[in-house]
Parts: sequence; structure tokens; C-alpha cells
Amino acid sequence: MNEISMFAFNIPFVSIFLMMISAIITPLIPNRNRLPEKLSCWVISIVGVLSAYLLYALTNSGQSITFNFAMGHFPAPWGNELRAGPLEAVLSLVFCIAMLLSLLGNFSSTQEDIAPARRNIFCVLVNLLTASLLALTYTNDLFTAYVFIEINTIAACSIVAVKEGAETVRAALRYLVMSLVGSGLVMISICLLYGLTGHLLMQNMHGAIQVLVTTQNYMMPLTVSLALITVGLAIKSALYPFAAWLPDAHGSSTNASSAILSGLVLKGHIFILIKIFCRVFGLDVIHALRMDTVIFILGVVAMIIGSVHALRQKNVKRMIAWSSVAQVGYIFLGVGLNTIAGIAAACLHIIVHATVKPMLFTAAGGLSSAAGHKKGLHALMGTFYVNRWAGLGLIAGACSMMGVPAFAGFASKLSLMLASFDSPFVAWSLAALAASSVLNALYYVPAVIVIMTHSKDAQKNFTAPPPTKLYNFSMLAFLILNFYLGLFCMPLLRLITRGVNVL
Amino acid sequence: MLEKLLLNHYEAAAVILSGIGLTNLLLQRNLIKKIIGLNIMDTAVYLFLAAKGYVAGRAAPILFEEGGKWVTNPDVYVNPVPAGLVLTGIVVSVSVTAFALALTLRLYEHYGTLNIDEALLKMTEQQEDIEAKVSQAEEDVLA
Repeated sequence: MNEISMFAFNIPFVSIFLMMISAIITPLIPNRNRLPEKLSCWVISIVGVLSAYLLYALTNSGQSITFNFAMGHFPAPWGNELRAGPLEAVLSLVFCIAMLLSLLGNFSSTQEDIAPARRNIFCVLVNLLTASLLALTYTNDLFTAYVFIEINTIAACSIVAVKEGAETVRAALRYLVMSLVGSGLVMISICLLYGLTGHLLMQNMHGAIQVLVTTQNYMMPLTVSLALITVGLAIKSALYPFAAWLPDAHGSSTNASSAILSGLVLKGHIFILIKIFCRVFGLDVIHALRMDTVIFILGVVAMIIGSVHALRQKNVKRMIAWSSVAQVGYIFLGVGLNTIAGIAAACLHIIVHATVKPMLFTAAGGLSSAAGHKKGLHALMGTFYVNRWAGLGLIAGACSMMGVPAFAGFASKLSLMLASFDSPFVAWSLAALAASSVLNALYYVPAVIVIMTHSKDAQKNFTAPPPTKLYNFSMLAFLILNFYLGLFCMPLLRLITRGVNVL
Repeated sequence: MLEKLLLNHYEAAAVILSGIGLTNLLLQRNLIKKIIGLNIMDTAVYLFLAAKGYVAGRAAPILFEEGGKWVTNPDVYVNPVPAGLVLTGIVVSVSVTAFALALTLRLYEHYGTLNIDEALLKMTEQQEDIEAKVSQAEEDVLA
């Protein structure tokens, strides 16, 4: 307690609590002048500033401080705990920034897509989603994680369905069914683990699992519960064979929802899986149970197949959604390397994707509204000249996804490649990264060419109002973030590595 | 093997039930049946927790008096945490079920079916109709 101030110590709890409170009071404030949305944006900004301060407090002494926050002051083996370290602080900061920019950038398209009476409900859902993401980031208790996974599920499916329409309802139901399969598996696995270890706090579980592994007792149930929780969270984070729900849900919802779902919701589940690997089981146990190989292979398959599916899409939002499947594959490839460097690279890719994918969805939304709300790729011809900020966003996002140097994606791909040299699968990993980058180029380059092609016929049809200042501002912020991550990622990567070491 | 199954018959029943629930959730085409499958799966997990949490011969974790004194020896009581987990799980499962049913209702309003694949089929048919009409209109304009 001497190391950090009382104020910083309370930040993890206060961040979650603020978002929850804001979700509760949002339905009570008048639903006009877009007050609910403004309130949400302010609260998310406050939580972002708090997370930035927490990050500063945890790292400014040069060491990586971590602390456990006992909820309700019940001591460790019984009480519920939050745990914060540098990695958690960085991730919650990035989640807040990406959430805020996705909301601001799509402020006008949200107005078009969501009926006025439903807009405060949309804000409730966004607040709940942020709260659950923060809770998943900070929690040190596996059952709390399960509860917030379910809150996350309900909120995520609702922000798909909040845009009224037959297609979104169907997509939301499909998403819900797959999510429920996933969370059911997670719950069964948590109960098995509780039966095996007698604990729900992650570090105490780790101790009990170490004992089980050294005495070789109950190895079969341990393997089964690891497999169940991995598959459950893989379904929720759209790892390839379980990703069929994603393009529908992300492609049909309103732009803000797509940006939030692709950029953030998937990442919360991946991070809880990383915590389970590092903190509950320990990397050596994961290796002994061969789960790292399974994750690695699925990641490689997702990188290739996700891109192949993206190639075949004609709708620009569905194309970007399938590209998310490929990017999730990159993250799982990093996790599957099962080294500190690999997991740090995976976390860097989480951050990169959490900033680039909302930018791509916001840009695609701006371009398709410039083309009169047509989503087909060919309908976007020449839209670059109508909404230049959106065009720049799409180009920067595309370069980032392809891994062009100086863009964000390059940094994370480079660190994934460097990390894979310590692994026995180095050839596979490098080949998959190369092949997937080429495939990314195959569908992003044509999209860029289409939006930059002059076409006289098309431009006559463009009657959309010019993009708002808010849109331009958030696009500029996204671009700055993108270049920052691409050019100055090494301090961030060092920070993440320190965070993974003390996870 | 059989002895162990008989010894843990509650757990074995829970595993079989959760398998049935999961299969229903994944393979049923009718959404109401899917949701029933989800509930079977959740309830099976609660059975598992309840079976794991009960130790024969111990009392429920509520303090009781014996001879004018509170019994505070923890070995007399069962662990209260599994019961707490079951309660939390029930709350989660009820809210998820309600949400799923509400969405199913909306699906029925939009498509007139409870089958999610039929809904997809109807949607593509509608889209094809619209596209056909648009191309017809374009041809009319050209003519």
C-alpha cells in the first residue's frame, strides 16, 4: 500500500462501478437532445482518464506493481477480488478510447439507424458492455468472470438487435444461441474446476492445480475442463470453426455496434482466456496438456480461412467482419506460441485490432452513407472524393491490416513474427503470417482502388450531407492512434511484456 | 468403472443431462426447443454443483442452536459457496432465457416462423424479390 496511492488503488472498482451506475441512471434522464449519449461519452472519458492515471501510478516507479483489491474486505480465499497490473490498465485504457471514438464517430449514423425512443436503451447497453469489459479485464475471480461474460452476451446481442429490422433480429438470435453454447461450456468448466480445486480465485486455483499436476491426480478432469473453457471462450471470441455467427451479427448491425462488437467485445473474451492460461493453469501446464498446440493450429486456420471468406464478400461491412475472424486468428496464434513474448505480441495485436477495426467500420459507414446507404462494394466507387476522412480511414485501416510499415498492424505482426522464433512451429507461424498478409492485401487493395476510382455517374447520386465535425475528429484521432502504434510501439510492447510477466 | 459411476450417480446424471441440453441447444431447429435445451443444460450444472456441495450428515450453512449455544464448529455445516453459485446461476439463466424468448418473439413477428434457417430462407427470397423488382423497374425506365 505504500507503493501506490489510495486513489489509484480504488480505480479498478470505481471504473466498473461508474459504468454500472451510469447504465442504471441513463433510462431516468430525459431522452432528448441526445443527452443519454452525451452522458455515456462523458462517463467513458472519465473512466479512460482514471485508467490512464492507474497505468501511470503502476509503472512510474520503474517497477511493475500489481495489487489485489478485496471486494467488501473479505480476505483472500473466501472473498471476491479484482486484480490490476500494467497490462490490465493498458487494456482498459484502450477499451475506453476505442469505445469513445466508436460512439463519437458514428454519432450521426446511430441517429439514422436507431429510433429516438430506443436511443437511451442503446446507451444503457453500451454502458453495460463497457462495465462488463472492464470487469472481465480486472476480475481475479472465475465465477465473477462467468457472470460478466453473461452480462456481456446479453448486452452484445441487444446492440445488434437495437437497430430495428428483420435481418438484425435474426443475426442477434444466431449470435445469442452460439454465445449461450459458449457460456454454457464455460460454466460447466468453472464448476468442474471448482470441484477439482476448491477455489474460485485465480491464484488459489493455480496453487491447487500445481499440486494436482505434480501428483498426477485428476489429470483427465483437468484436461476436460481446460478444453471446455477454451472452446467456450473460443466460440465467444469467434475463433474460426466457431465463427459462423460473426459476419451476420457484425455485418447487419448499426455502425457503432459493429465497431464496438468487432473491436472490443471479442477482445474481452480473449483476454479472460489469456488470464486463465497464465494465471489459473500456468503456461507449463497448458503445454503439458497440449492446449497450446490446439490453439496455435486453430489460429493458423482462422488466419487463412477468415481471409478467404472475406475475399468472397460483396458487402463491405461483411468483408470487414470476416477480416475480424482472420485477425482473431493472429491473436490466437500469439497465444498458441505459449511464451511470454508470444502472449505479449497477442496483447499488442489485441490493442492494434481494437483501434483499427472500429476505424474501418466507422470509415465504411461514412463511405456507404456517402453513397446513399448502399453497402455493396461496387456502389462505393468514387466515394473517397465525397468523404475524404472516411476514405483516409479506410486506406489507413487497410494498410494496417496488410501490415504496411508505419501502420499499426505492422508493429503487431512484426512482434508476432519475432515471438515465433522461440517456438518449435516457427516455419508454420511465419508461413501463415505471410500467406495471411497476402490474402489481406487481396481484398483490401481492391476496396481501396474502388473507393478512389473517379466515376461521373456515381457522383451524381451522392446526396448525403457532408460528414460532421465529430466524425472528422474521431477519424483523425483513429489515424493518430494508428500511426502512434505503428511508429512508437516498442515502449508499449515493453510495457505489455512487463504486464504479462506479472499477470 | 461402473462402481465409480454408481458412487457418483448425481454427477453422472448431471453430465448426461447437460449433454442432452447441449445437443438440443445446438441441433434443434425450433428456437423454443433450443431454449428448453439451454435450460436443461443450466439445470444440470446446478444439479452437479448441489451434488458436489452436499456432504452427507452435515447441516445447511445456517447457524443453529444446541443446548442454548450457537454451534460455530465449521465441520458441522456444508460449504455455502456452491449454493451461492447455484443461486447466481439461476438468476443468470432466467434473464438469458427471458431475453432469448423476447428475441424469438420478434423473429416470429418478422418472419412468421420459429425456425432460424427458414427465416434465413425467407429473407433471401425477399431480397431476391426486391432485386427482381429493381431490375424490372430499371428495364422499364430504359424502355
